[in-house]
Amino acid sequence: MEELDIEPPLTLIPELNSEQKQLCFEWGPVEMLVCETLFETAEQKEKRPGCPFVYIVRRDQDVYSHTLRKLFNESHGIFVGLQKDEKERTGKSRTTQLVRVSKSYRSVIRACMEDSHQMAVSTWDPVMRMQHSTQVSILSAMELIWNLCEIMFIEAAPAGPLLLHLLDWVRLHVCDVDNMACEVLKSESPAKHENFWNAITIFVLQGRMDEARQLLSKEASANPVSVNMCKILDELMKKMPVLSLGNAQTLTEMELKWQHWHDECQRFLQDGTFASNPHMETLCKILLGDENTILEKKDLMTTWYHYLVTRLLYCHPTVKPMDLHLYAQLSLDQFLGGESSPEPLDIILLAAFEFDIHQVIKECSIALSNWWFVAHLTDLLDHCNLLQSHNLYFGSNMREYLLLEYASGLFCHHSLWQLAVDYFDYCPEYGRAYLELHIERIPLDTEHKALKVLRICEQRMMNDQVRSICKIMAMKAVRNNRLGSALSWSIRAKDAAFATLISDRFLKDYCERGTFSDLDLIDNLGSAMLLSDRLTFLGKYREFHRMYGEKQFFPAAKLLLTLMTARIAPSSFWMTLLTDALPLLEQKEVIFSADQTYELMRCLEDVMATKSKNSTLQDDDTETMKVEMLRLALARNLARAIVKEGTLEE
Amino acid sequence: MEDVVAKYVSQKVSKTRWRPVSATALQPPEVFVTGSWDNEENTVSIWSVGDFEGLGSSGDYHGEPHLLCDIQHSGDITDLQFLDQERIVAASSTGSVTIFRHHQNNETLSLNRKWEKAHYYNPSCSRASCTGIICNSPEIFTVGEDGKINLFTADRMDAIRTIDNADSSTLHAVTCVRTTEILTVNSIGQLKIWDFRQQGNEPSQIFSLSGERIPLHCVDRHPNQQHIVAAGGQDGVLTIWDVRQGSIPASLLKAHEAEVWEVHFHPSRPDHLFTCSEDGSLWHWDASMDVSGKKSLLHTGGRSNTFLSHNAINQSLITPWLSNDPAKDRIETTNLISSPTLSVNTLDVLGSCLVYGTDAESIYVKKNLFA
Repeated sequence: MEELDIEPPLTLIPELNSEQKQLCFEWGPVEMLVCETLFETAEQKEKRPGCPFVYIVRRDQDVYSHTLRKLFNESHGIFVGLQKDEKERTGKSRTTQLVRVSKSYRSVIRACMEDSHQMAVSTWDPVMRMQHSTQVSILSAMELIWNLCEIMFIEAAPAGPLLLHLLDWVRLHVCDVDNMACEVLKSESPAKHENFWNAITIFVLQGRMDEARQLLSKEASANPVSVNMCKILDELMKKMPVLSLGNAQTLTEMELKWQHWHDECQRFLQDGTFASNPHMETLCKILLGDENTILEKKDLMTTWYHYLVTRLLYCHPTVKPMDLHLYAQLSLDQFLGGESSPEPLDIILLAAFEFDIHQVIKECSIALSNWWFVAHLTDLLDHCNLLQSHNLYFGSNMREYLLLEYASGLFCHHSLWQLAVDYFDYCPEYGRAYLELHIERIPLDTEHKALKVLRICEQRMMNDQVRSICKIMAMKAVRNNRLGSALSWSIRAKDAAFATLISDRFLKDYCERGTFSDLDLIDNLGSAMLLSDRLTFLGKYREFHRMYGEKQFFPAAKLLLTLMTARIAPSSFWMTLLTDALPLLEQKEVIFSADQTYELMRCLEDVMATKSKNSTLQDDDTETMKVEMLRLALARNLARAIVKEGTLEE
Repeated sequence: MEDVVAKYVSQKVSKTRWRPVSATALQPPEVFVTGSWDNEENTVSIWSVGDFEGLGSSGDYHGEPHLLCDIQHSGDITDLQFLDQERIVAASSTGSVTIFRHHQNNETLSLNRKWEKAHYYNPSCSRASCTGIICNSPEIFTVGEDGKINLFTADRMDAIRTIDNADSSTLHAVTCVRTTEILTVNSIGQLKIWDFRQQGNEPSQIFSLSGERIPLHCVDRHPNQQHIVAAGGQDGVLTIWDVRQGSIPASLLKAHEAEVWEVHFHPSRPDHLFTCSEDGSLWHWDASMDVSGKKSLLHTGGRSNTFLSHNAINQSLITPWLSNDPAKDRIETTNLISSPTLSVNTLDVLGSCLVYGTDAESIYVKKNLFA
């Protein structure tokens, strides 16, 4: 075993006192049962009642969150879509497609975040509000990481466009400035508002030049003294060279332009154009990429990655993807300034900047309380062919391992198990085995649910599971005395042994009551009758009764005899069949021919022979009388048949 | 696709029904009820797709269903029916049948009446799932896994009539055929008609596909022509029956890959039929093409229909559903779900609106069905 990266977190179960008592536990697939126990010596046995509770300890807590169910369900659809839409396209269009999928995942996270936010705002219960707020921040961190991974790994933008993507990323996630600007603009004199310069500064820090210039124009109109300064600064901002995704500007071209613009800014700063207004001077310094000035605005940027992107924008606009991690590490160190240590989120982002996919996934697995994020992200990255080389020392590969973990968590949920099926389907190595093990553990409360589970198994040719589900349902039906239903289930499972058992119950009921129950079923067995011999007999025997009832004596008699001679009827039932022959023998018309009567006689003697062989001493009077009556009736019928047949021949 | 709005509801939806609109109303249906299944706590919920007051004009509100109220329900909701504008009858997997009242003035739901043990197994008394209900106000018929048929009315605590062991297998669904007759389908592929005027415990008629024992899961009756019945089976086949004649179906239509969970004739445009299935698809069967010439006559509404009935009698008898070869260019079918994933458990149509619910914990409303 590899050594642990971190100490496993300690979970305290409230009300369980592990100091005084021992705990016993039992592992489930993803859950654990825990209860108190006390191993006592024999002499102190009788005292103290134990704790009456059994605790269920769950690992994947987020699966049970109400708001996250939307995330699970919606992302399931995206996941299935991605697997189906397999590698038809290559190159550019493939990347666009994967980016689109990635964006759909992110929009689901965002939607969920909004829901949680709504819940947090609308609830009165402070505990619930706290919970929802925590959820919002977790979801927002997930989205932040996902977005960065999308830029770094999926989009894999080259130098130039890379920075544009990073800028968008920061703008999307640090968006307090919009509210701030709104407030400033709404006030009576925007230029006098306390946050006026802050808003402009943030816009500049985020490279949102148009918005910054718009705000700056307020200052120009409010303050005639600084009109000139504003004009120059505005001009500088306007002229700042930016790459656009569309045109095919070369990097050298861009660098040349950049240098030119940089010199111009430098000139204005040095000749003291902005000296009279510290705000504008700062802005100009930012444009020049002055690290100390930017770092001073730490509070406005709030995070180190904002600082990183701002620095890149004004110092290294054509940064290469491979150099990113250098700047990232540097920015993080400078930003924290040795005051605090980096948090898990920082480490994850840093790993992403280093292109270390495995580190990202590992850190996320440790930091997040659900498997949803890593499972889906890894799957998506695997579709980008970024994970091929990595094999685990257990299981198959990382993608499959994470998907299996996630799906197992879902499967233990009373309702979300249906989603998990599709995830298992797309795990080529162990998915099937997992599904087989899990699906047998679904509680089958109603037939409706059983049918759904059965359909899943049948679609995947899981014959053992099909048989076991049908058997469970058949057993339930038998226990509830619903023989018809039970028979239907065993026919569906093609379970011959069980069908025989139920047929016997039917026959026993018939012997006791003299009538058949569930005629609607037995009359309509059709080809299903062939499933087991006993079922065939049941169906045929019922057919005999029907014919008899309809007074079709000749075919009925023939069928009755065949049931015995072809050995379809169980030997224990022969006596009943012979008794059934009695009324036919006593008919006015001769129904059994001489040959048939001989056969019947032989059958009767067979029955008697086996009886005496078993030497049962229960020869009661009725039984003996029945045999006597049969013998008599057979003899008389034989006589009549011989006469009749002889007459016909002449 | 733009006219379909979806809402994730964080519970698997087992049933959905539009609240009936009065015949004279010109407005499209706005309110529907849904029931969930397989949850630890299931709920009956009332939704509205009408415009919020004040929000209606703003562009960002796209008629997404919003929750009006909900109430807890013990067990899975296996069927839902509106008894009238206010009262909803719900069937439960615990064997109970409940009437909920929807108070429209303050948007709340309350329990109106509950038959706790409507369905149970006989010797053991353990509860059996109630699988289907049909309301023919004031009567409520229920069927269950115990093979029992109950007849209730809202004002009485006891069942008016119960047929024990009406079926040896599970009864899956029920519909009204004529005023006193109901039709049930069961898990061995039989349709049975029960006449409640008669005292016996035997069905008056049994239909089945000879030799086949494919379970039937749903059934619906043609709204105008009471002898036409559509049933959906486990193998995804839709069968149309003419209960006046013959014990074999008039037509067999293969559409789905798995169980057909629900089938509905459009209540006012009966040449349109809708089915949904475990395979995640929802089909719209349009047979109106067939009657091309007669179409205008038949669809001008009830009054002119009776006026024309002397001339049109032969034509109306040749309903497209019973013609011999319906699969060929007579019925146009469209799948309304482009990328199916999980089972579509339920659907309902009213006016030009369709609502359906899935195991992916979402409900969808499609307006302008016939646009």
